[in-house]
Amino acid sequence: MFYRESGDFKTSYSEDSQTFPIKFDRLRYYAVLAVAFGIIPLFINDYWANAVAVPFLIYAIAAIGLNILVGYAGQVSLGTGGFMAVGAYAVYKLMTAFPEVSIFIHVILAGLITAAVGVVFGLPSLRIKGFYLAVATLAAQFFLVWLFNKVPWFYNYSASGQINAPERTVFGVFVTGAQTSAMAKYMFCLVMLTLVALVARNLTRGTVGRKWMAIRDMDIAAEIIGVNPLTTKLTAFAVSSFFIGIAGALFFAVYLGAAEVGEAFGIQKSFLILFMVIIGGLGSIFGSFAGAAFLVLLPVFLKNVLVGTLGWPTDLAAHIELMIVGGLIVAFLIAEPHGIAQLWRVAKEKLRLWPFPH
Amino acid sequence: MKDMNEGYITPDGRQIGGVLMELKNITLKFGGVTAIENISFDIRDGEIRAIIGPNGAGKSSMLNVISGFYIPTEGEVWFKGYKRGPMKPYEIARLGIARTFQNIALFDGMSVLDNIMTGRLTKMKKGLLAQAGWWWTGAAREEYENRDKVERIIDFLEIQNIRKTPVGRLPYGLKKRVELARALAAEPKILLLDEPMAGMNVEEKEDMCRFILDLNDEFGTTIVLIEHDMGVVMDISDRVVVMDYGKKIGDGAPDEVRNNQAVIDAYLGVAHD
Repeated sequence: MFYRESGDFKTSYSEDSQTFPIKFDRLRYYAVLAVAFGIIPLFINDYWANAVAVPFLIYAIAAIGLNILVGYAGQVSLGTGGFMAVGAYAVYKLMTAFPEVSIFIHVILAGLITAAVGVVFGLPSLRIKGFYLAVATLAAQFFLVWLFNKVPWFYNYSASGQINAPERTVFGVFVTGAQTSAMAKYMFCLVMLTLVALVARNLTRGTVGRKWMAIRDMDIAAEIIGVNPLTTKLTAFAVSSFFIGIAGALFFAVYLGAAEVGEAFGIQKSFLILFMVIIGGLGSIFGSFAGAAFLVLLPVFLKNVLVGTLGWPTDLAAHIELMIVGGLIVAFLIAEPHGIAQLWRVAKEKLRLWPFPH
Repeated sequence: MKDMNEGYITPDGRQIGGVLMELKNITLKFGGVTAIENISFDIRDGEIRAIIGPNGAGKSSMLNVISGFYIPTEGEVWFKGYKRGPMKPYEIARLGIARTFQNIALFDGMSVLDNIMTGRLTKMKKGLLAQAGWWWTGAAREEYENRDKVERIIDFLEIQNIRKTPVGRLPYGLKKRVELARALAAEPKILLLDEPMAGMNVEEKEDMCRFILDLNDEFGTTIVLIEHDMGVVMDISDRVVVMDYGKKIGDGAPDEVRNNQAVIDAYLGVAHD
């Protein structure tokens, strides 16, 4: 039998606590990595990169970031769009101020700047919880968008109020700007996503992750066994904002190329990423990927079916598409409130026993 | 009663050490309600100290004062010979005081193993960046060293088979045991148990008693427990504090307490004529 734990004896704690304890899962994971790094870049074209691959990779980074805050630490946030804007404007200012420094470093720095901003807006979480905290983070969203509109220094006094990504290279290959190839965009985002997912997994499997989950599940008990709620909540905000900042930086610099803050990083973005996290599964790294894939791929798929296959007019299809996506989200959440990650978990448990029912 | 620093020998021959914690004239008020009124007693190293009393006597409040969750309105808490200032609960956890709760307070979304590992976090020093590196920064090694300690506790409490089960799925008796394991994982000096046997059947109570006695014996943990089952209390505790309406009405060995008139009155009631 291929999907079994039996016979696969664990003789050390590191083997016992690995991410994929079942051999088949491990091989599948390596296969996915091999396809993502080795095969897709050879065949990717502009349409697939811009419509599917790059947005999926970037949204997955943002969803992992938000999942750490909402799913692991239990602090609801509606400020994701605002924090992505911080990442975008930070990377823009850095790219224009220090053109000789690598874009890779700029993106990481933009993440760190966003982390600092996230900590500041995370301070109310020490006093307020749940929906009230959501409202407080909503203030962050509106404030940050207003700030980037209002202060011309952030967009280098450009006449349009837009920010435009200058051309930058990694190892001599363009990753931002008009000359960028589909493959370069894809690879740059893929590398960032892989790093983010690794770090997120390492953080959530150890002490830091357990502190977050302890605060989420029962904050009073957590405090009594030695969790400092102040530092724990603020690290959750910092790490979450760090990832969201990276996502924002990539979204602007690699994907859009030119952005206007209210349009690119408005409240819709906050909701979109929150939906990804909820549909994917709270408190699951895999769920972040699944949620991002669901909400990125579904509209593309529907559009292809409605316009391409059925031949409907584009405007009608665009509206119907919104309704279908919305309906599917509702139906899906009624069927499985814990998200795609839970479905996946149940499927794996069934598979472990298959073909015997017990 | 006895000399402060000498300790005493229990009837079954165990050597009890000197004073580990001393509560001096503790008063706790919530607005106009006085939950605890001028109570003093001590907890000696290695003993099993029970706090009993009728409902609403202030037992849980007393435990909360010891664990630092409530700061007493008046009075002092001395621990290991030092006066304890006002501290946050998480700082007190680092002093070596762990507790379980009357209503189980486990982290439902996490596995049994993760719950118990959380109990060890005061022993784990690696910071955020080291955690992010995992294999290269020693965070993994620290994790596995602590996992080893946790596995001993899992063995001790006989919960090996539910290691990876999410806590939310467990029955009540096992949850109580996991909570005990989580408190033990911190290797506390003083372990506070708030009704460890509430709602259990005879068999489960016997198991729990055995665990409490064993861990006192094996790890030398000082135990303070609140319990309603008099049989259990009289059997396993070395000394008993009796509270009623926030006041201390008795203190001593189980036999002394049992024959104390004030205690009998509090439990059986007095005739008002």
